[in-house]
Amino acid sequence: MTTMTETTTQVYKVFIRATPQAIWDAITKPEWSRRYGYRPMNEYELRPGGRYVARATPELQARGMTEEVVDGEVIEADPPHRLVQTWRFLWDEEIKAEGPTTVTYEIKEGDGGVCSLTVTHELENAPRTLEMITGVIEGAGGGWPYVLSDLKTLLETGDSLPGI
Amino acid sequence: MTDDDRVFKALADPTRRFLLDRLFARDGRTLTELESELEMTRFGVMKHLRVLEEANLVVARRRGREKLHFLNPVPIRLIHDRWIDKYTERQVSALADLKTELEGTA
Repeated sequence: MTTMTETTTQVYKVFIRATPQAIWDAITKPEWSRRYGYRPMNEYELRPGGRYVARATPELQARGMTEEVVDGEVIEADPPHRLVQTWRFLWDEEIKAEGPTTVTYEIKEGDGGVCSLTVTHELENAPRTLEMITGVIEGAGGGWPYVLSDLKTLLETGDSLPGI
Repeated sequence: MTDDDRVFKALADPTRRFLLDRLFARDGRTLTELESELEMTRFGVMKHLRVLEEANLVVARRRGREKLHFLNPVPIRLIHDRWIDKYTERQVSALADLKTELEGTA
């Protein structure tokens, strides 16, 4: 007999040859966030209680996406190492109603100029959000694995995958 | 050994692929849970988990007194993005398409 543990927490980790500050900026600054992954304009008020909003690119909006794609509240901001925030998709009422999930970014310095970035996404009672962020839905862009792979490529090579 | 070498080495073993499959089915398991599904000593399972952790395919998290193991698909995605995509037409995929599709079937 086994005990049931977590089923709804997802953990993603990537090693990136970049400074903690560069990784922090890539997450929190719109001029960086629009260059990888789903290319949102990330806007953060980096203090507890501050607002977070991710806005869709004009291309995605032209194809029917809402302007604000994700919103949330900053719970903890300790630049350039730790960011905890709530996270809620906004593009239809059903997914919005799954309510806020929690995302934690942790940036740790390792050897030889390589940092690890760990993203922990806690998704209790948010099945549609979970499907989206894991990237299991065909044609939905690949979720966190896609975003983090692209972020690594951007920071290490200055280049990224073709946008969606 | 490069990062890719570690991933391929870790994946080149049926027990380790089985462990990843179990974590894919349900993430965040303890060693005891994973061990109960394998005809193998605890020490053997630990060794396999260590190889998976070194390849960054499994990330271990402490929660209280428990150590939970999570499947991390990012290294596989990195190999996919760097190699597989070079030979296939990139599937241009979009949240907007998904939205249309879901709304159409809702």
